[in-house]
Amino acid sequence: MSDVYVVGTDMIKFGRFPDRTVPKMGGEAALMALADAGLSIKDMQAFYCGNLMQSGNTIGQKILAEIGQTGIPVVNCANACATGATAFREGWTAIKAGLYDAVLCVGVEQMGRGLLGSGDVQEGIPTEGILGSNTMPTMFSELGMEHQRKYGTTFEQFAKVSVKNHHHSVANPKSMYQIETPLDVVMNAEMISYPNTKLMCSVNVDGAAAAVIMSEKKVKELGLMSRAVRVKASAMTSDPYTPHNLTLPDFNTCTRMCVEQAYEMAGVGPEDVNLVELHDCFATAEIMHYENLGLCDEGMGGQLIDSGATQHGGRVPVNVSGGLLSKGHPLGATGIAGIYEITTHLRGEAGARQVEGAKIGMTHVVGLGNACAIHILEKVS
Amino acid sequence: MTEQAVSTGPLPIVPFVKLPEDAEPYLEGYKCQACGAVYVGERNTCSKCFATDKMEAVKLAGTGRLYTYTVVYRSFPGTKVPFVSAVVDLDGGGTIKGNLINIEPDPEKINTDMPVKVVFADAGRQDKQGNSYISYFFEPAESA
Repeated sequence: MSDVYVVGTDMIKFGRFPDRTVPKMGGEAALMALADAGLSIKDMQAFYCGNLMQSGNTIGQKILAEIGQTGIPVVNCANACATGATAFREGWTAIKAGLYDAVLCVGVEQMGRGLLGSGDVQEGIPTEGILGSNTMPTMFSELGMEHQRKYGTTFEQFAKVSVKNHHHSVANPKSMYQIETPLDVVMNAEMISYPNTKLMCSVNVDGAAAAVIMSEKKVKELGLMSRAVRVKASAMTSDPYTPHNLTLPDFNTCTRMCVEQAYEMAGVGPEDVNLVELHDCFATAEIMHYENLGLCDEGMGGQLIDSGATQHGGRVPVNVSGGLLSKGHPLGATGIAGIYEITTHLRGEAGARQVEGAKIGMTHVVGLGNACAIHILEKVS
Repeated sequence: MTEQAVSTGPLPIVPFVKLPEDAEPYLEGYKCQACGAVYVGERNTCSKCFATDKMEAVKLAGTGRLYTYTVVYRSFPGTKVPFVSAVVDLDGGGTIKGNLINIEPDPEKINTDMPVKVVFADAGRQDKQGNSYISYFFEPAESA
């Protein structure tokens, strides 16, 4: 099976764009990624489109209507917050299978503001606030308190994740926010669900990101190897049975299964990874995923953030883009925005936020329901 | 055809709240007779061991321990805050989420692993037809 390479990738600056449409944002990111590779839509053999909120709306075809209707197959993917990564992986799978040599992957989302979902019901009565809470912050706060129960992780340690990721975003012009949020500001922000304050919840933004991926044969044929980045591993899991999972969504077990597969496929271990973009949908989640991804030992996530190892300049910088907490979390775009970030560092083109000497990077997303997707990318030397 | 039954009392908030006429309310679960996994509510197949014909209805325990929780300060519009969203491991199996009541909604006052009991009460909301509902809640159990 051929190796698969990212040859073009880009994202629009995340923000709030009520006057733009999903197809227009997706089309813009697609054209940016194609231009990055020096290619056109005519060179693409298939298109994998990730979008969640309008998943019944053939968004991929509407993007082609914006940028060029060549008649190629379009697959529209929806997989909760793993939507973009799922679309990317579908493209990777098709190239691995030998079906195509060059495909386009786009993730795009237009979000409302405030809490995701609603308490409205068609029959009976809303159960929010009676049978506990099922908001997103609540779930990830309950998981943070599970971590506190097991390992003594503190509110302050969780809050430090937000301080770090906001600090990182100052150097990322494509981030929704570029502001410092000192520890006291994070901890004194409005409490949403203990221990996550408002600044410890990801930002709902609009956004789009795209990647052009190719077989080795095609990369060489077109002379694109100098800026190409190899996809060393693509892994995906759903949530296996665990006793609490049906009540308390278990993102730990599916992430651990997924990363084990990814490390095996890539032939590397956590000690080889130079930077990570992981799913910090809430500050509590980042601490959990330090351990899930093997960046530290079980129960040591709190100490890892204290040590500074995951800060830019540390042993394994995490979310140097600003992460979902500051860059923003347009659900369907997030997975491919992670691919863009890692690729940019491996190319040595990340400017002020460049992780020097980065050779191997990892992206991780989870979606409620559950889905986990992990990609390990490698610099082509 | 006989007269249609008329609903005379409050309805269960979820199907696994059982309100027998002559007995105390309880929570219903399903237990896999092959591997022992306990689920809240009805199901046909065991997602742990994949047995397809081993599920039996069981009465879930009215006591358990607080596995994890959060204090919710912001919720969907119209929901009264703060409240404690609690995940409880019932004694004998089954994990269930609900409000933890009769305790101050303050993380300083709530301890994971504390014993709780299941109580049933009016849910405090009516549907569009004016029906009332019985819900389950958790409250701190008397220390033994």
